[in-house]
Amino acid sequence: MAIELKMPALSPTMEEGTLAKWLVKEGDTVKSGDILAEIETDKATMEFEAIDEGVIGKITVPEGTEGVKVGTVIAVIGEEGETPPAPAAVAETAAPAVKVAEPAVDRPVAVARAADPTVPAGTNMKMSTVREALRDAMAEEMRRDDRVFVMGEEVAEYQGAYKVTQGLLEEFGAKRVIDTPITEYGFAGIGTGAAMGGLRPIVEFMTFNFAMQAIDHIINSAAKTNYMSGGQMRCPVVFRGPNGAAARVGAQHSQNYGPWYSSVPGLIVIAPYDAADAKGLLKAAIRSDDPVVFLENELVYGRTFELPELDDHVLPIGKARIVREGKDVTIVSYSIGVGMALDAAETLAGEGIEAEVIDLRTLRPLDTETVLASLARTNRLVVAEEGWPQCSIASEIIAVCMEQGFDNLDAPVMRVCNEDVPLPYAANLEKAALIDAGRIAAAVRKVCYR
Amino acid sequence: MAKTPSARKPAASGEEFALRSLQDAHTAKPRYPASDDELLRFYEQMVLIRRFEEKAGQLYGLGLIGGFCHLYIGQEAVAVGLQSALDGDKDSVITGYRDHGHMLAYGIDPKVIMAELTGRGAGISHGKGGSMHMFSVDHKFYGGHGIVGAQVPLGAGLAFAHKYREHGGGCIAYFGDGASNQGQVYEAFNVAALWNLPIIFVVENNGYAMGTAVKRGSAETHFYRRGTAFRIPGMDVNGMDVLEVRAAAEVALAHVRAGKGPVLMELKTYRYRGHSMSDPAKYRSREEVQEMRDKHDPIDAAKAELIKRGISEEAIKDIDKRIRGIVAEAADFAENSPEPEMTELYTDILVESY
Repeated sequence: MAIELKMPALSPTMEEGTLAKWLVKEGDTVKSGDILAEIETDKATMEFEAIDEGVIGKITVPEGTEGVKVGTVIAVIGEEGETPPAPAAVAETAAPAVKVAEPAVDRPVAVARAADPTVPAGTNMKMSTVREALRDAMAEEMRRDDRVFVMGEEVAEYQGAYKVTQGLLEEFGAKRVIDTPITEYGFAGIGTGAAMGGLRPIVEFMTFNFAMQAIDHIINSAAKTNYMSGGQMRCPVVFRGPNGAAARVGAQHSQNYGPWYSSVPGLIVIAPYDAADAKGLLKAAIRSDDPVVFLENELVYGRTFELPELDDHVLPIGKARIVREGKDVTIVSYSIGVGMALDAAETLAGEGIEAEVIDLRTLRPLDTETVLASLARTNRLVVAEEGWPQCSIASEIIAVCMEQGFDNLDAPVMRVCNEDVPLPYAANLEKAALIDAGRIAAAVRKVCYR
Repeated sequence: MAKTPSARKPAASGEEFALRSLQDAHTAKPRYPASDDELLRFYEQMVLIRRFEEKAGQLYGLGLIGGFCHLYIGQEAVAVGLQSALDGDKDSVITGYRDHGHMLAYGIDPKVIMAELTGRGAGISHGKGGSMHMFSVDHKFYGGHGIVGAQVPLGAGLAFAHKYREHGGGCIAYFGDGASNQGQVYEAFNVAALWNLPIIFVVENNGYAMGTAVKRGSAETHFYRRGTAFRIPGMDVNGMDVLEVRAAAEVALAHVRAGKGPVLMELKTYRYRGHSMSDPAKYRSREEVQEMRDKHDPIDAAKAELIKRGISEEAIKDIDKRIRGIVAEAADFAENSPEPEMTELYTDILVESY
């Protein structure tokens, strides 16, 4: 009986991949464990092994095919002596992609960017993933300043656990692109010490969940020392890496630390959404004389956005951006929440509600001015945050609205956050626990009394 | 008995070297041949630390110093002996919260240190750090860190910066026998050895982690052996003799400067006072302290040696007198300078404006 070989999901967030190379041809006999093909995900090239014995019947997806959805039949294996099934029959079996992680949608289409006052009008735009934008930011700053170096787990030879540092080792060498052992507390301290010693380290955490092992150095050593030394001790370090929920990785790998770090005086905390902000703000972070926590999002790495083609695209830290203008209500968000807020705004526009969407971009210092100015125009506000509700950025924004924007409020400010539970693994429970555009839209209707 | 597999070589000479060679070099020449002038200077620095700390204890009792205040009395030979061997233009030092002595050993003005202890605007941290959090970037003294053990990876980071800049400097990272049981110390050991960082890890073993005697808190009480798992050579040094400390420093620095990677040096020392000012030190006997004071005091030993060398009692008394004057002046300054301006509350949080 013929067995269908389907495009495998090779990472928690993979939805499609490139069939880079077939290592077998039709008619070959294979046994379990043989390498059949090389498949390129957005992170790596992976080998695809045979699980069953048999003869390769029809190869339905030729090598070099890009964008092959997970679950698509790529070949058929028959038992020895069996006649390979007819190609026509195979083509029909091409199944629809099995969604690996529904909330984890890498946007298939590129997103056009709202006007940004910090980007000169008429600037050429190119398309870039957030992943490439971050890499380019580091590469440009490393070319500019030889004190800048990158350290972390798998940043060099492996090319980055999430491929954010891809190609840096080749260009800058092992002196400046440094693999560390799995030793977060240690290398966070070493990076901090190197910054105190006059260098400009970029310390990558494979995820910010692991940075909990190192948080003492981020807060006690990096954030507080300048103050405690009466302004003598500089600590220009950047701690960066993915933050927040990924897809189906469970509670210990799915936390948003934005609120934690944002509560600490002495730190800069940045959490960009799109490629242009990721690049412009990472460059600014590397140049800053202050310690920066730079929170990325794994689910956004592969998304493609417009990116200004400028020689030196550096954005101001501490400035929010209005990513969609609207007069009826303000939705404040950051990181992955911005995409959902934009989706919600689109839905709401169809209902006659014009929502303004603000991307905070920097979580410390918070640009409350932009938020309050928008509130003064719309008189209604919702905060959307992929994170827990208690002691959140949302609760902070709400406090600011109460303290400084009360007279402008026509309705209570609402927050849309994740459910107040450790993030579950099961697909349905995970989906239920995380914010989405639907919930944001529902909250907006409430504050608009619709 | 099983035959030794032929493929397995006997312990390579490198391994022998890794563990013993520095100790052997130190044992061969245990004491630094100081000139009279050098020994006088060491004596003077140790007396400065002793008198300064005694005064700090007094000011604490008067309520002029608040919070935690950890005195260095008894351990003076360690900071003085080690730091006298450093190249002030290149090498860096970092330590924990018992940091007054290390700053004084660097020649940092006692007035600004004492004024920091009293929380005054003229303090070295503008009154915002206190006893445990003092720094002098000018002297390449990087603190003064309040979290036990944190200075060890930070020191490895300073050493990383020395190496990265290729200017030949190294770092001394001091920590105590108590901090030696923190996990991050071993993370730093591993990376420092792996990357061959120019750092001397200095364990100031004063016998007690706050109130816990070494043997009650440490499975391996020979701290100099604790780098073995990382192939870091260890040195076991008498921390109560400034010339032994200095001699050991020379051996360790030569190793580090030759690009051979980190050294772990244990200095056996003793603190006469409690862990901090609020510690009554009931966990040890009065006799134990008295024994150390009477028989092993580093200042008495240096004084005896000076006299033996023919330095007059008068000359030594002159030094003592001068130091008392300096410390009195520092205390006076610290007591009478104003508290920080209220604007200090909001400065130095961030370097840049955003």
